[in-house]
Amino acid sequence: MKEIFLFVLVMWLLIIVGGFFLISIIAHLSISGHGKFDSILDSGIKALIAMMLVVAWIFILAKIKNRLFYKQIKN
Amino acid sequence: MLDKIILAILVSAIAFFSVYITTPFLIKGLEKRNLTVKDYNRVGGAMVPRPGGPSILVGILASEFTLYAFFPTAEILAILITTSLAFVVGLIDDRKVLGGWFKPVALAISAIPIILLGTYDPHLSFPIFGTVKIPELYIALVIFMIPVTGNTINSIDVLNGVASGFMTIASFALTISLFIVHNYDIALASLPLGFVSLAFYKYHKFPSRIFPGDSGALTLGAMYGVLAIVGHVEIIAAVALLPAVINSFLFLSSVKRIIEHRQIKSNPVTHTDDFKLMATIDKDAPVTLVRLILAGGPKTEKQVGFEIFKLAIFSAMLAIVTAFMMDVKI
Repeated sequence: MKEIFLFVLVMWLLIIVGGFFLISIIAHLSISGHGKFDSILDSGIKALIAMMLVVAWIFILAKIKNRLFYKQIKN
Repeated sequence: MLDKIILAILVSAIAFFSVYITTPFLIKGLEKRNLTVKDYNRVGGAMVPRPGGPSILVGILASEFTLYAFFPTAEILAILITTSLAFVVGLIDDRKVLGGWFKPVALAISAIPIILLGTYDPHLSFPIFGTVKIPELYIALVIFMIPVTGNTINSIDVLNGVASGFMTIASFALTISLFIVHNYDIALASLPLGFVSLAFYKYHKFPSRIFPGDSGALTLGAMYGVLAIVGHVEIIAAVALLPAVINSFLFLSSVKRIIEHRQIKSNPVTHTDDFKLMATIDKDAPVTLVRLILAGGPKTEKQVGFEIFKLAIFSAMLAIVTAFMMDVKI
């Protein structure tokens, strides 16, 4: 059972870390020099990075899951 | 302030007693119409009435309409419409066997009133680091959130009392968090969800006298999702829901596609001779939260339920800590 509690805690920490990336890094990115396409490009690139972050989040979780629950899944 | 406290007591009482009083009538009505399903985890396989969604909806509508009479806000209207639409989606799924994609798509459509009523704020708030404005992306998040919360609660509805008990814990954590972030109006609107779940738990707990069905689980999950959006507490709400999210994540990462539970060929849980639950040794069976809980050895259905509640309380505490962290800025 303690592995599941640990997994919940890891997920929570990943949410906090994700918030840091989203607000401190991605939100500050600014695209300019493309005229009227600036805002579309800006939003598009930020959305793409956010989606990549979600994929990375799932990938990390899958790795942690395999490590934490290896014995149980194997059994 | 006093009028809001009185109103809080009033809507909580209406929510609780509407479900508490109507559910026995619903049980009798469902039994009369032979709308029952087999409880495979019970010795002898008792037939249990389903769905309990109608009494859950009665409790939500009665309490939210009362609140709307005093505070006619677009947020309460969004809660009422989206939750009702999710109930209809669940009721259709209770009556007819539909494909795995039906529920996510129909629930996404149920989220449209939130956008049309303009009851969302495109600022996503994170603890410690502040907020980020995502106007276009936030609309996608609204559309995405209702199917996720609805299906997440539906996917944890596998044992007697788990969905309603889990929802009671998660929704009260959400109410406390809404108070902490000073969103008192939505905190008030969130109270009925906790009390409706608590009243339904009385009949749903082991041994269940009624199952919520898809109409019940989707109604509870969708209302939770709307509250998270209109209350601007999306991240806190996600944290309180983590054990159910883990269940969905484990399931999806083992089956690797969106399917209905009824489509699973190998059951992740079997029974011992004394009818305790036991993790299967079938390699093709999906990995679920219940299967992991049972990895340590066989347990009774009631014991597994309490293990899930312990996880729900742990996540609820993390959600409340997250709410306090919203005021911390570095």
